[in-house]
Amino acid sequence: MDDTFRGSYEPYISPCDPCPPVLVKTFSLPPQLFMNFQPASLPQFSPAEALQHGSLWPALVDGYSKREGIS
Amino acid sequence: MWVYEKKLLYPVEVKECNPKLARYIAEQYGGADGELAAALRYMNQRYTVPDKVIGVLNDIATEEFSHLEMLATMIYKLTKDATPEQLEEAGLGPHYVNHGHALFYENASGVPFTTTYIQAKGDPIADLYEDIAAEEKARATYQWIIDVSDDAWINDSLKFLRERENVHSLRFREAVEILKDERDRKKIF
Repeated sequence: MDDTFRGSYEPYISPCDPCPPVLVKTFSLPPQLFMNFQPASLPQFSPAEALQHGSLWPALVDGYSKREGIS
Repeated sequence: MWVYEKKLLYPVEVKECNPKLARYIAEQYGGADGELAAALRYMNQRYTVPDKVIGVLNDIATEEFSHLEMLATMIYKLTKDATPEQLEEAGLGPHYVNHGHALFYENASGVPFTTTYIQAKGDPIADLYEDIAAEEKARATYQWIIDVSDDAWINDSLKFLRERENVHSLRFREAVEILKDERDRKKIF
């Protein structure tokens, strides 16, 4: 995972919270948020890599894995 | 907890009986892009957004309820004392059969409100983008109601409500910008 496309915050934790607290919550800030109009001539994947990633441009790929456990 | 003030957010002047206009205003009362959907959506999403933007959702949700109350006042007064025949003529026959002169959360076509109109995805960006879209759709709905209304007094209130959608849209966009600033902060911990 690339941390560049994740945000995080420390939620308020009450001493009375019943479940063990999650001290830091993470959320997605996907690349399209930071690119209002895609610049020309961005670096490109090879066709085989592009097919695997779902995008021709690495700049648009942030990926997601179950292990991140964003809650 | 809320403190109630027994007055409307903005004046609603209803000068003439107009059940057909009441029916159109119902689109914003109990329709998919209406004030009830907006209020319930934000009031519910606020629990699972980052702390910095909870207040925006809380405050806008609260304001949406005050908008709902303005619309209720319009619908109530536009149909108050209308005869069943007048209501039928306005297409409100089925409404009258089911609800009499009572108001109900339904759209202009009489479709009852459903929570399938709203979402809480638990992903702050997805939720805030839905909220921005909701504000723009509500703005457009107000435009189309104003287009079919020749009641200058009602239109004045509707224009006020439309402008609030513009403001709320910007507040939600600002909330997205605030979250974008949270980028990378994780590395600090």
